Amino acid sequence: MSAGPRTNDLTILIANVNGTGSASANTLLMKSLFRMGIPVVGKNYFPSNIQGLPTWYEIRVTEDGYLARSGRVDVVVAMNAETYQKDLDRVVAGGYLIYDSTWPRASMLTRDDITIFGIPFAKMCNENFPTARIRVLMKNVAYVGAVAALLDIDLDIIRDALNRTFASKANLLDANSLAIDLGYNYAKEHFDCPLPFFAKSMDKTRDHIMIDGNTATALGCMYAGATVGAWYPITPSTSVMDAFTALCEHYRKDPKTGKRNFCVIQAEDELSAMGMVLGACWNGARAFTPTSGPGISLMSELLGYGYFAEIPAVLIDVQRCGPSTGMPTRTQQADIMSCAYASHGDTRHVLLFPANPEECFYLAVKAFDLADRLQTPVILMTDLDIGMNDWMCPHLEWDDSYVPDRGKVMGADQLEKIESFHRYLDVDADGIPYRTFPGVHPKGAYFTRGSGHNMYGAYTEDRREYQQVVDRLRLKWETAKEYVPAPAVDYSKKYRVGIISMGSCDGAVREARDRLLESGVGLNYLRVKAFPFNDDVQKFLDAHDRIYVVEQNRDAQLRGLLTLETRVHPEKLVPTLTYDGLPIHAWDVVNAINEDMAAGAAA
Amino acid sequence: MSYIKKPKVIHPQSPRNELGLTVRDYEGGMSTLCAGCGHDSVTGAIVQAAFELNIPPHRFVKMSGIGCSSKTPAYFMSQSHGFNAVHGRMPSVATGANAANAELTFIGVSGDGDTLSIGLGQFCHAIRRNLNMLYIIENNGVYGLTKGQFSASADIGSTAKKGEVNQQTPIDPCRTAISMGAAFVARSFSGDRDQLVPLLKAGIAHNGFSVIDIISPCVTFNDHEGSTKSYEFTREHYHPVIQTDYVPPTQEIKVKYDEGAAMPIVLHDGSQIVLRKVDAEYDPTDRAKVYSYLEHCQVAGEIVTGLLYFDETRPEMHELSNLSDTPLTAIAFDELCPGRATLQKLQEVYR
Repeated sequence: MSAGPRTNDLTILIANVNGTGSASANTLLMKSLFRMGIPVVGKNYFPSNIQGLPTWYEIRVTEDGYLARSGRVDVVVAMNAETYQKDLDRVVAGGYLIYDSTWPRASMLTRDDITIFGIPFAKMCNENFPTARIRVLMKNVAYVGAVAALLDIDLDIIRDALNRTFASKANLLDANSLAIDLGYNYAKEHFDCPLPFFAKSMDKTRDHIMIDGNTATALGCMYAGATVGAWYPITPSTSVMDAFTALCEHYRKDPKTGKRNFCVIQAEDELSAMGMVLGACWNGARAFTPTSGPGISLMSELLGYGYFAEIPAVLIDVQRCGPSTGMPTRTQQADIMSCAYASHGDTRHVLLFPANPEECFYLAVKAFDLADRLQTPVILMTDLDIGMNDWMCPHLEWDDSYVPDRGKVMGADQLEKIESFHRYLDVDADGIPYRTFPGVHPKGAYFTRGSGHNMYGAYTEDRREYQQVVDRLRLKWETAKEYVPAPAVDYSKKYRVGIISMGSCDGAVREARDRLLESGVGLNYLRVKAFPFNDDVQKFLDAHDRIYVVEQNRDAQLRGLLTLETRVHPEKLVPTLTYDGLPIHAWDVVNAINEDMAAGAAA
Repeated sequence: MSYIKKPKVIHPQSPRNELGLTVRDYEGGMSTLCAGCGHDSVTGAIVQAAFELNIPPHRFVKMSGIGCSSKTPAYFMSQSHGFNAVHGRMPSVATGANAANAELTFIGVSGDGDTLSIGLGQFCHAIRRNLNMLYIIENNGVYGLTKGQFSASADIGSTAKKGEVNQQTPIDPCRTAISMGAAFVARSFSGDRDQLVPLLKAGIAHNGFSVIDIISPCVTFNDHEGSTKSYEFTREHYHPVIQTDYVPPTQEIKVKYDEGAAMPIVLHDGSQIVLRKVDAEYDPTDRAKVYSYLEHCQVAGEIVTGLLYFDETRPEMHELSNLSDTPLTAIAFDELCPGRATLQKLQEVYR
């Protein structure tokens, strides 16, 4: 990296021990940069553990507003002796490492191409704070102070953040303020501050928020009018229901009676959670369940039921590393295939792919509309990176004229007028029949079953009657293409090479395109937002000679789905994959594409 | 099964309930079960109970899982919505449906395989939540549709049709339900309609999870000598420990019961259950004693029937969750969606 001073383009990595309360200190650091008007990216790399294992938090300061991690580390705050060697190795040449110099550091653990600063965090905290727990906590706050001095972060903004957080807890406010000062003053007195790269206030975060995808999803569920949420706790989806419950406790209670206008049920397992969602939706509510890959496996049985009996349902799959239990606290996009065709027999499910928390909010609402309109389960495919990290997003907007699309539901008045109601009759020739809710009208009654049924809803084993129903379901799938969100396309006639991607790859892909363009390689870009794929996807596939399919799984599942569900020649589609459990960054994409192009040129 | 369809003709003198409906209005499609199946008797009793309760058929919701028993909701109340779920998962579907709109009356029909094997977990957890529904187990100790395997309710020493002897301990749905905290636990016999109809009515009226384990013999696969779930064995070994009368809210109790032997219990809707003890020592409100008594009877090979355990004080799921009195499906969208201004304001914490 060049030695000259640079602003607002750097990455800090904080290495810590799980369970020491570092999360709030790290958030304080990131939020302070954000409030200085500088775009930031925060990534939490945490273990599946309550206390003791190593954990890292990465903050990228990016004036260009990139959304992926940078793939490099300029400053390490090494607070965990166990990972010290590894953390030391990560720093880019010319970078900095800060460690706790309370204890002597082995002389062999050093590098001469970086600068190492020792700050006696533990010693300072032991001298200034009374109890063991507060000393551990304040060590974290003290490094925020030190980093603030080294990177020239506005101290007033940090103090303001502390005032807001601890408005009602004066003793905690005092302790935190003191810890900030300890770190800040030590750095100012002992080192040249700021470093050659530092933060500088700008105005690029106005009208933006920092929010995690799970919270944004929960907001979407509340705004869509969901009343029943059934779930079984599973990382990394748990905070969806935590947030939904907290929001509803605030905004969904009857002001007069204090009673809840929502029902959250913690089920005994995911099979049950899925059953509850189907039961609630069948009876007329909007219901959802947040889960992750292992939960989808268990829900598959009832997902097939929902498909065949045509019951709306909204699932949120916050994907994590598989297979099996996999790595519960690492990210991946490896449930694409299992969700698209979940359950035995000819089943297929509508999937939505939000790229960030902002889209989690809007697509969560969309998921309920689609589920009701298409009378089928819809799965919102997020992942751990989107769900559990704070992302910078534009303010979420809401249009008060929004009316939920409940689809084709016959009420008492309509039932009164017709001679007889038949649940699975394709009245409108679009594959979508009419449904009724229990208790509304005697004429609306029908028997819902997962066994073979004919278009009138009666049990059948007749080959023609059965086939009529499954063929009509296929027609409904075609109709779904008109309703699902179209892909985001950035196309220029100049280019014959493109990228197709989805979900949380978006930030890395957009940044990679900038880097590639700088080296003279222009690529078009299509980001799928939904399955089934609509015509825009086919057009993009047809318009390119070579397409890199960027995704975060080993088996190129999106590419696989494209080859199965479109007319594309598979050889056109180049798998471009990361699947190590860490969020993808731009250089993963740039390097893979450069290598493929070099290989192509050599051949 | 019968191939002769009953004509839909209502005799002008047919008895009508308070809604002006006849029993025929509570009937369903034709049964496809074997002739003589105990389940069809239960279906008949359900029709009678629903008719006598004066609830419009379309205000019932019929739930079931998979198996012979779970087919039966198609054979009663064709004006009610039915949900024939997947195997063992009916309790969860019923839970969701009930959460959405608790003003409907929920009847679930399951079997011993559906409840005690594949669905044991969901059965137990529905009880823990005290879901407001009548949960009927048509218990025949055998898997009929797959031709005669033992179910989890088969007694030790009971033989299969081909002679195999069951060695595994049976799961008793009543004792399981009591240990999970069920507040209404009854056992009956498909051949005893006089006992069954008032029990069904009381179970529907009870505000919470009502379990009725009904011994319902399988004429094809488990009605032979050596079976402990046959008609003959059940008739020989069952005895009611307590008689149950159901008295609707509007009706006064006219029969005078002997002090000590009769026990009127007022339900939440004003109706009453009057328990008449056959065994004066039996106390259906003493959970520990009921449990040990049932265990003792099972060891002795006796089938005791009646409303075995009852506790009207336990709150049901909606009360436990402090849910709105208005069904969630009846709340206007405006009340569910906080709107634009609130969204703008609540985002301040994310700055």
